[in-house]
Amino acid sequence: MTVDEAEERLDRAFTALGDPVRRALVARLSRGEATVNELAAPFAITKQAVSRHIQVLEAAGLITRSRDAQRRPCHLNAAALEELTSWIDTYRLESERRYRRLDALLETMDSKEQET
Amino acid sequence: MNETTITAKPDTPFIEVVREFDAPRERVFSAWTDPQLLPQWLGPREVTMKLLTYDARTGGSYRYIHADERGEYGFRGVFHNVVPHELIIQTFEYDGAPDQVSLDITSFEDLGGGRTRMHGRTVFSTVENRDAMLAGGMEHGLRDSMARLDEVLAR
Repeated sequence: MTVDEAEERLDRAFTALGDPVRRALVARLSRGEATVNELAAPFAITKQAVSRHIQVLEAAGLITRSRDAQRRPCHLNAAALEELTSWIDTYRLESERRYRRLDALLETMDSKEQET
Repeated sequence: MNETTITAKPDTPFIEVVREFDAPRERVFSAWTDPQLLPQWLGPREVTMKLLTYDARTGGSYRYIHADERGEYGFRGVFHNVVPHELIIQTFEYDGAPDQVSLDITSFEDLGGGRTRMHGRTVFSTVENRDAMLAGGMEHGLRDSMARLDEVLAR
């Protein structure tokens, strides 16, 4: 796989995860395989809508579906997800969160100074 | 958004960080050195920070404990040099890895217009210790990687 292909795949995965329903589906599948019906159960949206979300996740390579004609359960593609999380670079993320807290703190210091 | 640039070149014992803040240098320096302010931002969000000693002056020392449901993690070090508003050079040691002391060099650059650029450089005693530190962050992060993913995507 070329760098461009890898980047493209990563882009697709990120785009696919830019939706709360799809993230919830991925979170559910991280606990084990499930059918479309099982996946749709907790949502207040139609089964058809859930099916479309699943197609997006499948196209992004984040989930796969068994060829079992009876159930066709969805599975999480753990390797694809791992690629994402390692890309995110948790060390950088931890630092970023820390500096954002500092941003917020600096802002409150600002308003305190204005009060006095 | 103020971006954080982190550089950790392979086969070097350094981690370099550059970050800008929407606040004057004096204020950023206070957030770094005031024991009342530091616990409000330093350390992972899910742990409680207990600051036992924090004397951010040349020759001073510090000690704090991070506590979560799995246990307590102590950290300590000394302030080698503190130049108000400009520079902090301090050592850092985790109780769980005794004698693996690293050096933190943090400087604050006044950008004018109420903005400050922080330059941080951490010097580890060996490349292996540096890599272990980075890997530790990974391990910690993977525990709640889904939550983190949410945060990244929410930006």
